[in-house]
Amino acid sequence: MVSNRLGLLVSLASALALVGCAQTPPPRSASTALGKEKLAEPWTTDPFPSTYHAYPGVPTLITNVTIYDGEGGRIDGGQILLADGKVQALGKNLDAPQGATVIDGTGKWVTPGVIDVHSHLGDYPSPAVKALSDGNEATSPTTPEVWAEHSVWPQDPGFSRALANGGVTTLQILPGSANLMGGRSVTVKNVYARTAQAMKFPGAPYGFKMACGENPKRVYGAKNREPSTRMGNVAVDRMTWAKAVEYRRRWDKYEREGGDPPSRDIAMDTLAGVLDGKILVHNHCYRADEMANVIDMAKEFGYRVTAFHHAVEAYKVADILKTNDICAVVWADWYGFKMESYDGIPENLAILQKTGTCAMIHSDDQNGIQRLNQEVAKALAAGRRAGINIPDEVAWEWLSYNPARALGIADRTGSLKPGKMADVVLWNGNPLSVYSRPDKVWIDGALLYDAHDPKRRPVSDFELGQPGEGDVK
Amino acid sequence: MTGLRTKVLPGTGRGTMRSMVEGARRTCPPQPLSPSTALRAVPLPTMWGGFLSALALLAAPAMAETVAITGGTVAIGDGSQPIPGGTVVIREGRVVAAGANVAVPAGARVVDAGGKWVSPGMVAGFTNMGIADGEGIDETNDAGAGKSPFNAAIDVSVAINPTNQSIAVDRAGGVTRAAVAPESGNSVFAGQGAVIDLGADDAPVTRARAFQYVELGEDGANYVGSRPAAYVMLHDALAAAKAVSRGGDWGRDKDALITRADAAALLPVVEGRMPLLVHVERASDILQVLSLKQTYPALKLVLLGASEGWMVAPRIAAAHVPVIAAALADLPEAFERIAATESNVGRLRQAGVTVAISSVGVSTMGGQRNLRQYAGNLVGITKVPGMAGLDWGAAFATITSLPAAVLGMDNELGSLRPGRRADVVIWDGDPLELSSAPVAVWIDGVAQPLTNRQTRLRDRYLNPQEGALPKAYER
Repeated sequence: MVSNRLGLLVSLASALALVGCAQTPPPRSASTALGKEKLAEPWTTDPFPSTYHAYPGVPTLITNVTIYDGEGGRIDGGQILLADGKVQALGKNLDAPQGATVIDGTGKWVTPGVIDVHSHLGDYPSPAVKALSDGNEATSPTTPEVWAEHSVWPQDPGFSRALANGGVTTLQILPGSANLMGGRSVTVKNVYARTAQAMKFPGAPYGFKMACGENPKRVYGAKNREPSTRMGNVAVDRMTWAKAVEYRRRWDKYEREGGDPPSRDIAMDTLAGVLDGKILVHNHCYRADEMANVIDMAKEFGYRVTAFHHAVEAYKVADILKTNDICAVVWADWYGFKMESYDGIPENLAILQKTGTCAMIHSDDQNGIQRLNQEVAKALAAGRRAGINIPDEVAWEWLSYNPARALGIADRTGSLKPGKMADVVLWNGNPLSVYSRPDKVWIDGALLYDAHDPKRRPVSDFELGQPGEGDVK
Repeated sequence: MTGLRTKVLPGTGRGTMRSMVEGARRTCPPQPLSPSTALRAVPLPTMWGGFLSALALLAAPAMAETVAITGGTVAIGDGSQPIPGGTVVIREGRVVAAGANVAVPAGARVVDAGGKWVSPGMVAGFTNMGIADGEGIDETNDAGAGKSPFNAAIDVSVAINPTNQSIAVDRAGGVTRAAVAPESGNSVFAGQGAVIDLGADDAPVTRARAFQYVELGEDGANYVGSRPAAYVMLHDALAAAKAVSRGGDWGRDKDALITRADAAALLPVVEGRMPLLVHVERASDILQVLSLKQTYPALKLVLLGASEGWMVAPRIAAAHVPVIAAALADLPEAFERIAATESNVGRLRQAGVTVAISSVGVSTMGGQRNLRQYAGNLVGITKVPGMAGLDWGAAFATITSLPAAVLGMDNELGSLRPGRRADVVIWDGDPLELSSAPVAVWIDGVAQPLTNRQTRLRDRYLNPQEGALPKAYER
């Protein structure tokens, strides 16, 4: 297990190196050609920049608490100090700064905030009425031109439940999987705002949603158009990637030689960003054999798959995923609700971990996102019964650190290391017990949920003035 | 597809499950149960419903043994708190006694629980178990029948497949009985549900035609156009049912929209011999349903869902109408559920309502085995200021005796009280805790296998790499 975890860390370092420079990538060339200012590659621009800001916090010392640091570390009877929006220190005997709030955490647990790498909060919000159904641009099998953030309704009541019941501090909101190429995802802080931009995680790289399998072929087969089969799925993907390679080649040529810039294509911008490694591919793919097909397709066109989502059969090819440095994003025990989920087993996460494959939990569900800690507890227990003994504190990697890696933000959040964002949950008991709930949640050091203070329970505009406003939920 | 069991097709977002299920159905003829897949190669009788329940009554006890499970923490399932160091005795398929100071009868096979927990199996209050091999696998899904001219007359008991994967998986997860409901297709009436056992035998039906299921909220309105139209359909149908009871010419008007078979199926509902399971969520819809008793005093109403039940809890209690609640639904996923909260069940109980829980309103993709997780959460929220939950005994009852009670079957099922069917689970820990799992299961006193496709796949792929031969040779 130790060597496996070392392997994870090594691969993490390379992953970070890959994405760490992706935030504000400089144009390849600042030179001018023929006296004209050259355009930057359009996929490197940021037309809808984050306006998120951290809310004020007070220096806070939590004492006598069990700490899972999110990277497999554990401190019993520990202390953690949060100040200036950051984790300042962990240990057994810390000094509280003047004026710090001191919380006695006896009988409680501190963990990094939960990160859900697969959510449709905001683009399939509550209430689930047609007017708010904005997750699938199901009018073409490839829509790389759409961006999920333009569908995100920041008033989704689901954000508050994910915070208060689930301890979720960061989430990736994806387009749906009706399309082979569904569009860009957006990573947000779980902090209510008036605009989607004000929720966007500053500097997080974009993700790109792709989908294998039943959904695209069903949706477009029903419209009597390609793809209606799995071979059609791969064919349409490859034809589209071929165009993207050509698009990027034209921009490369322009970068080298100048002249008239190529025509701007919003869809191709996203694919070129993927080919450049600046946009991370999150590929909905249930079946083992289809993951293998995608891996080869990615090699053919020179892009990288960051993670397979809904990877119900990842356990069958855990070694192949590990070899290709691809994360598996899975449920604890969902299975059998459609043909491609027929072989789901509760030991999936544990087998992946045992194999040394990057693995994590996800919800894809407005209810499940409220209980991801419980989903991990079930997966952990299933693994232990199969003889795979993973400590609780290591299993927490499935909830925060590995999702942060897959989102390219592990250098800033996902674990409790000094200097990282103070995205922290204080649980009122063992967070892997069914009987525990968040007691307090901090995001960037700001106390944004407190079970003991109704004023620290957010109420979205939609719920204001409705029956049950401000109720415990 | 009512939208009740699941709101999300993973990845494609909510509501698309409906379109997924509306595909071509029955493109292939139904396949006979082959001897290799049947657990016992006994030909199934053609008169399924009645025959199978009779078989369940007769056949199961004949195979049952006398067992005394000693030294366990015994949870009776009737709302009482667990009893450490208890004993459970089962004989001829029934519970003889359970609790402290229970004598071990001579000749009993003694099972030492060694401090583990012993409880009744879970009773899943609202499922499609056994009538779909996968909810989205249209060819196998017998839940909805939109193309049928019939609705209330539909009887799911004829379609239960006991070799269905989900039955084996949920059995290994500690579920021993389930209510199986059809889905509305062309009417507010979905049809007649059954109560089944999850035993590894060919006689799954405990009670055929155990309840009639009707949609009277947003889903009902969606089927027929509006809530008022749904009520017109309901009243028209119940009037026709009364006409059937007068015999002879059943008096159907030319413009009545109900078939004779459907009207006949509703007769036991009007006469109060069959519970009417009504799915409603909104507080005002709940009150409207309660008022039906003024017109049809014999109705045995059961509310399903009832997310806003807490707002009218005293009225539900006064009407003595039990509830199968959406356990943890806490989002305004529809306008009829604006005030949904996890405290609903606790508040209903505080008001004196008989309330069981189900997977209604939350995802069912993990299976009914997760009911215990939902019940555990109801205990967990008692630690959160302002939330109303349940104590352990009350929470466990919501997934054992209370679902049985709601369907009028708690004298028969759902607890370890004397005389109940011996559906017994030994757990390796607190059954509501996430780390626990069954280590032994009896149904009707018969020890059950706990292996299934999932355990076989796990064993095959514990080491994912292939050996000397392909994985297909490892078994």
